[in-house]
Parts: sequence; structure tokens; C-alpha cells
Amino acid sequence: MKLGVLCSIVRVEEKLIFDALRRRGVDFVKIDDRELIIDLHRRRYDVDLVLERSVNHSRALHTLKVLNDRGVRTINTWEVANTCGDKLLTTNALVAHDVPTPRTLVAYTAESALKAIDQLGYPVVLKPAVGSWGRLLARVNDRYAAEALLEHKETLGSYHHSTFYIQEFVQKPGRDIRSFVVGDRTICAIYRYSDHWITNTARGGRAQNCPVTNELDEVSVRAANAVGGGVVAIDLFETPSGLQVNEVNYTMEFRNSITVTGVEIHERLVDYVVAVGQETDRRSLGGGWSAGKQAVGVGPHV
Amino acid sequence: MAKCLECDADIILDDTVEEGEIVDCPDCGTEFEVKATSPATLAYAPKEEEDWGE
Repeated sequence: MKLGVLCSIVRVEEKLIFDALRRRGVDFVKIDDRELIIDLHRRRYDVDLVLERSVNHSRALHTLKVLNDRGVRTINTWEVANTCGDKLLTTNALVAHDVPTPRTLVAYTAESALKAIDQLGYPVVLKPAVGSWGRLLARVNDRYAAEALLEHKETLGSYHHSTFYIQEFVQKPGRDIRSFVVGDRTICAIYRYSDHWITNTARGGRAQNCPVTNELDEVSVRAANAVGGGVVAIDLFETPSGLQVNEVNYTMEFRNSITVTGVEIHERLVDYVVAVGQETDRRSLGGGWSAGKQAVGVGPHV
Repeated sequence: MAKCLECDADIILDDTVEEGEIVDCPDCGTEFEVKATSPATLAYAPKEEEDWGE
């Protein structure tokens, strides 16, 4: 197996993954998307499998599409990245697969968005369809705030801020759940505690171990399968009617979850990479990539 | 060992540092990206972009 790891800046997670790959003697190259030149006219590429770890959604999305269209397997696939990278598409997939998720409406103008918010009832949560780390989420408590926010988004935001993703506000018990799915099982989960209604650990949420119950495993795996499967992190709410899936993340961060869960998430991720690699046919060299001088580990450039 | 490009403080890079890793200056807090490890070369860290995330 010749593995490429697509990334840009190297976070704690990438360091852990690189270290695990090296200890197992996996032949891999680091592909820095900032130096990458993709020759769209090439039909073959000098890697058998690519693990996508880019912090940039748009670069990941395009690169995965090119690779998958040329027969290169990727973790995760373009379909998964495309679905998870867009909250509208994620919710659409969850609903299509009967995975419980908060009620969500979509509108394209401020006027129709106001009507949609009235239908859901205050408070609601407005989210950009594409975005991460809790950025630009807005809890809207009343109509005056809704009118102001929608006007600001229409006036100041780029075009994709005019697709209004409106989610019912779910009252949480001061925490939500993040579960980690690798393949067909939930390997661990954390509670994310915060006094703020946004619980992302990137925004200061505190992580504690969350036991993986049968319900959590079942809902998490169903959510993962709904978006296409692979290695994903599921954000869930606890509600009186059971767990509801809020979002699915396809380039999951896990640095705050290893110690509290006692699960070496990077090792389980690399287990999965190696397993996929072992079932992937070795492909002939094509040389369609130019990855500059950023190759890491043993083996040729992609 | 590298020098902070902002305040000239010493920044110690351990043996496990990776190219592309973000490190902080212990004195002024400025973030840098490790561009090379031998010799240690730093550049100002890239600013967070709208599509960054997980």
C-alpha cells in the first residue's frame, strides 16, 4: 500500500497519526495541499489510498473528487466530505435514512426565513450551511433579533450566507455528546460540557468520558452510514425522546478526547486505514501529483 | 531552537516537531508554522480561513 496523507497545517491529530503510521512501518507521503498541483489531465496517480486530513474543506472536497474519479480510494470519500461539509446536505441525508435529528427548515430569502422561523417557534438556531468550530452560529430568541440578523446576513455575508439553515433550538442539559465512529462501530464518546449553548471544545467546551451505550452506538453508526460511512465524529443531543444527531464531521479532531476516554483514537483510525489499504489493489505509477518537497516518511512522492 | 520573528525570543522545538506544525512563542504568544526542521525555520502561521474546520 502506498498511502498519501492530505493535510496543510499539522495539528496534534496529524502528529499522532504520523507517529502511529511510522511505528507500524506504513509507507506514506504527506501531501501538503498548499503546494499541491493537480493535473486534471492525468488519469492515474501514484498512491493507492489517501487519508484526508486537510483543515480546508474546499481543498479537501476538490481533491477527494479528483482522486475518487480516478479510482483512488480515500478516507473519507468525496461523497462523505460533500455531505458532511454542508449542514443542509447532512440533515437531508439523516432524514432520508430516518436518523433522528432536530427539525430543520431551509429558506432562501429573509422574508421566507422569517416565516420559517415563525413556523418553528423561538428560539431557533441559524447556521451557515458550510462552517465549523461553532463559527457564526446564532441563537435567535425573538423576531426583532431575527429581522436584524437576516438583514445583516443578506447584506454583509457572501452568497452562501443567503441560504438560511434554520434549526429548532434543542434545550440541552449543559452538555452534548460527540461520538467517534470508525467503520462499523462507535469506538468511544465524550460529553462536551459548557455553560454556553455552544459546546464545541474548540470554543471552550470541557470533555468528559461518555459511556457508549447500545443506543448511542446504534444511532451513531446509523448516522455515519447515512452520510456514506468511514471515519466520522457525530454530534448528538440528549432529548426526552432519545438521542438526536446534530452534525457529522468528516475530518474529525480528537485531541481532547483521548485522555478522557482512554481510547487511542489515532491508533483505531490507523487500524482502519491499514485495513482499507490491505484490501486495495496496488496501482501502477502514474505521477499525476506534484507535492513539492513535503514528502514525509519512506517512499516516493505522489 | 529558533528565534521568534516578532520579539526575537528563543523558541525551543522538540525532537518530534513536524514541518507544518504550529508553535507559539513563549514570550509574546505569536503563532508560527514550522517550515523546516533542519535547520529550524519558522514563518508566521496562516490565518484561519472561513472553510477551516473538521
